[in-house]
Amino acid sequence: MGRLTRPNPLMYVILILVGTLALAPFVWMVLSSVKSFGDFSFVDFSSLPNIMKSFWPWPPFGDSTPALDNFAEAIRRIDRSSEYFKQTGIPLFFRQFINTFGVSIAVVAGVVITSSLAAYAFAMLEFPGRNVLFIIVLMTLMIPEELVLVPRVIMMYEPLSAEAFATTDSLIRLIPRTGWQNTVAALTIPFMASAFAIFMLRQYFMQIPKELFDAARIDGAGHLRYLTVMMLPLAKPAVMTVGLLQFIGSWNEFKWTQLVTRTLEQRTLSVSLQNFLQTDGGAEGQLAMAVAVMIVLPIIILYFFTQQYFVEGVAKSGVK
Amino acid sequence: MASIIPAATTKRPTLSKKTREALLAYGMLSPALLALIFFTLIPVLIGFMISLASFRVIFREWVGFDNYANALAPDSDMWSSLGATITYSFISVPVQLGLALLLAMVLYQKLRGRAIFRVVMFLPYITSTVASAAVWARLFSPDAGLINAIIKSLGGTPLKWLLEDKGIFTLIGQAAGIPLPSWLTGPSLAMVAVIIYTTWVFVGYDTTIFLGGLGNIPNEMYEAAKIDGAGNWQLFKNITWPLLSPTTFFLSLVTIIGTFKAFNHIWVMTQGRNGTNTAAILTYRQMYEFQRAGYASALAFLLFTVILGITIFQQWYGSRRVNY
Repeated sequence: MGRLTRPNPLMYVILILVGTLALAPFVWMVLSSVKSFGDFSFVDFSSLPNIMKSFWPWPPFGDSTPALDNFAEAIRRIDRSSEYFKQTGIPLFFRQFINTFGVSIAVVAGVVITSSLAAYAFAMLEFPGRNVLFIIVLMTLMIPEELVLVPRVIMMYEPLSAEAFATTDSLIRLIPRTGWQNTVAALTIPFMASAFAIFMLRQYFMQIPKELFDAARIDGAGHLRYLTVMMLPLAKPAVMTVGLLQFIGSWNEFKWTQLVTRTLEQRTLSVSLQNFLQTDGGAEGQLAMAVAVMIVLPIIILYFFTQQYFVEGVAKSGVK
Repeated sequence: MASIIPAATTKRPTLSKKTREALLAYGMLSPALLALIFFTLIPVLIGFMISLASFRVIFREWVGFDNYANALAPDSDMWSSLGATITYSFISVPVQLGLALLLAMVLYQKLRGRAIFRVVMFLPYITSTVASAAVWARLFSPDAGLINAIIKSLGGTPLKWLLEDKGIFTLIGQAAGIPLPSWLTGPSLAMVAVIIYTTWVFVGYDTTIFLGGLGNIPNEMYEAAKIDGAGNWQLFKNITWPLLSPTTFFLSLVTIIGTFKAFNHIWVMTQGRNGTNTAAILTYRQMYEFQRAGYASALAFLLFTVILGITIFQQWYGSRRVNY
């Protein structure tokens, strides 16, 4: 079935069906986020008018008005879960939004910087121990995150006090303790290097002809300059892919944040939504969907700006 | 900034060009490598150490392999968790990859609008998993969910989905009035719902990677085969499938690892109830709810060596069939 096969109408049917399935939950989420509680709970498929009204309770199928204040209401309900709003006047949701955004940007910047430097060294430079060090990178790629979750949490604990140090077992003393729990450092620094990103960027860098470097060298460019001026722009799809994947990863991060932070104002949107689902959002689904829309929207916007690189970068990441 | 004029280098006799390149390389590698060593490799050693201790917020005492013995006890949660993880992985991976391959072949044709379709198909993958899992949990809701409404309107019996711990074979058997033996229960319906969600999320990503692999197969091969009179099925069997095998191999590895660490959506949809208590959920729960760092570490080691063993076997078995 090469490209030469004439498209079959059935293919379009498959595409439309799969496309609808991919999009339907998003459409449902957005519609639900502006329904009243009554309309949200009304699911009646007994007749065509009722089916239409179940999806679209507004004119022409129903007589409701869109509940646009669901968003503000959800933010108010989230504020009930802590004293943060009362103390600072800043809605908790905004604070968590800023946390999520800041952490994601910091991690993306960290990963892109550390990985492109390392990938460049592996792809372009000669040095003793190159293979051994590359194998170390590949090893970390294979270690499942679950395996290191618990020790990482302990590494975030406060350093032992002198008194505790004296009485603690001599092996346990060796565990490095950063004291980063409940700080932004715990959410960012451990994730600022990525074996996957190094691997992917190295693959890309190696495909760029060496003659380009020789030419740049004659023009007086050193390695760092060559990396920033030539390599990174040429590897844009890979950099964008790594960046966006990392951004999504941080934006969605949930388990780690829950383990190393204590208060809601230190936490991120995923934790916020999960909490909300356990409280008001569980009972009033339309409010949970409003929160979901607010969490998903930034990432969809980002995706639409980067998708041309992203789809290409991902497609290539699986080859070789 | 290295100069091409030799005089500049002779002024610094201590460092040869080679040494300087090596120093630069170490400098460029150190941020990434130090972070990887400190936050990934060293924690593996610490994790093993802790798995030999009773450690609840503070270190209590060394207990040898007691944590492992507890985890391996016949009534331990570890067994059901291992079963749930393997079920989840070994059903969702073939389903995902089979569908993705089919879609990739469809999309590889010269169809109108396939660029838009590729963008749309990727949306579930990039979306926040907590948010999309919350949406699907609503869709699966037994009384007010859209999926049950559709089933009812088609004349079927509504199902409990995420709240159902009975196996699907049992449910089918009940509906058909055939009592099935207790060993033939199948994955719980809750697990099936989680797998449906997982497929929805990852099919776009898998398809995109398959498309990259298809793009690497030279068109001349198809043309030559067609001149020899090969039909579509023969083209697929003799060209597409063997030449795509490195991609299939890569994807199966990535998706299997992905299913082993799957956490967010399972936590949101079931919190590990009804047969969905996978390895990642169990370890997290021991650490977060019970603060049992030693036991959680032992569990992680046990579960992941078993899973790693299965993966290595699968890859070894697969690698004998991959054509590079």
